[in-house]
Amino acid sequence: MAVIKLRAPLKDLAGGNREITIDGASVGQVLRELEHRHPKIAGWVLDEHGRVRRHLNVFVDGERVREDARVAPDATLHVLPSISGGSR
Amino acid sequence: MTELLVGTKKGLFALEGDPGAEKPFEVSARAFPGDAVEFAIRDPRSGRYFASVTSGHYGPRVMYTDDPGGDWEQTTGLAFPEGDDWSLERIWSIRPGEADGLMYAGVAPAALFASTDGGLTWELNRAMWDQPTRSSWQPGAGGLCLHSIATWPGDPKRLAIGISAVGVWLSDDAGETWRHGNAGLVPRYVPEDSQGDTIDLCVHNMHRAPLRPERLFMQFHGGVYRSDDAGQTWNSIAEGLPADFGFPVVLDPADPDSAFVIPLVADTDRVTVDGRVRVFGTRDAGESWTSLSDGLPQDGAYLTILRQAFDREGEGRGLGLYFGATSGDVFGSGDAGASWFTVREHLAPVNSVRVA
Repeated sequence: MAVIKLRAPLKDLAGGNREITIDGASVGQVLRELEHRHPKIAGWVLDEHGRVRRHLNVFVDGERVREDARVAPDATLHVLPSISGGSR
Repeated sequence: MTELLVGTKKGLFALEGDPGAEKPFEVSARAFPGDAVEFAIRDPRSGRYFASVTSGHYGPRVMYTDDPGGDWEQTTGLAFPEGDDWSLERIWSIRPGEADGLMYAGVAPAALFASTDGGLTWELNRAMWDQPTRSSWQPGAGGLCLHSIATWPGDPKRLAIGISAVGVWLSDDAGETWRHGNAGLVPRYVPEDSQGDTIDLCVHNMHRAPLRPERLFMQFHGGVYRSDDAGQTWNSIAEGLPADFGFPVVLDPADPDSAFVIPLVADTDRVTVDGRVRVFGTRDAGESWTSLSDGLPQDGAYLTILRQAFDREGEGRGLGLYFGATSGDVFGSGDAGASWFTVREHLAPVNSVRVA
């Protein structure tokens, strides 16, 4: 099972959980399952088309990836704001 | 006591004060710090507050609460169908409809959503979404946005909406079908021989006169217009204004001959004319305009007031007027524009102002 690590505001939307263990073969599957377990996150990380939002970065074991990347069973995922989206 | 909801580039500010005191309002709450709040209203029927929030990282959403200083919850359903190649960018407008629990939201890229449960869940208006010309729709500088939703008092079937830059759309069946309402609009930004055919019509703001609902007023991208036939045809009423460019328009609900605009120089220079901040009002349906500037900055003041950043409270002689600028300044009048005072200075750039 992969571990996904969350910071605010996603942590708050996930009931205060900093780490969640989730099964999934791809980043997209893991994030969909995250939405399923914590519906308040729906739309925050993935857009209508299941794509990671443009100004977010997802890292799997330290490597920046997109939604179609493979996830090993013992992988660690981070979802972090990119530096490009914060100051409109 | 008046409560203003000021949406800014850096969060929502709730301001409270007495317009009769003519002194700055207090900041009673700030919400969504760091995120852009495009628009915020309080639905007078339910007392519920709504805010359109756009996070640079996490996207757009509509939040609601009963207490703007407390916790906010997220509404659901504001998303485009999976499989279509569009993503929701921004929610421009939220307003009550003419039936219990009915609300509308206008978004970018241009689409209309409706709610029948008081704004908690939303559903896309498919008839507008499926317009066959959609692939050719052009955005304005602010995006392809549906920003103006004019309901018809007492009749939930009749709607007029304004889109930048796809003109006016009218419905007589609660949004089941739509037709254009563009006759008379003159888009100077397209070649003359194309002006009669184009739907690239950049409506900036549009409101209906509630006591005479077949009458609407519009600030256009270069032009101020009035319609007396429910939006089918439009006539220029810009004569007498120092410029016909601007964004918002506000009406006195007690006077169907009234309109208030804030002229800006032109689309190439979107600031108040001559460095003077002036509201212009008409009480004869646009035959003449009066400058209303007593108390507003009149020297070296080059402000930009966006389309949702002007609102009113009350009516008639007691009409209150409030607007905010991208400078972060908010101004108000408790006497229909005869005199003005500074409501608040030094906020973040103002996207919207609504009286709660």
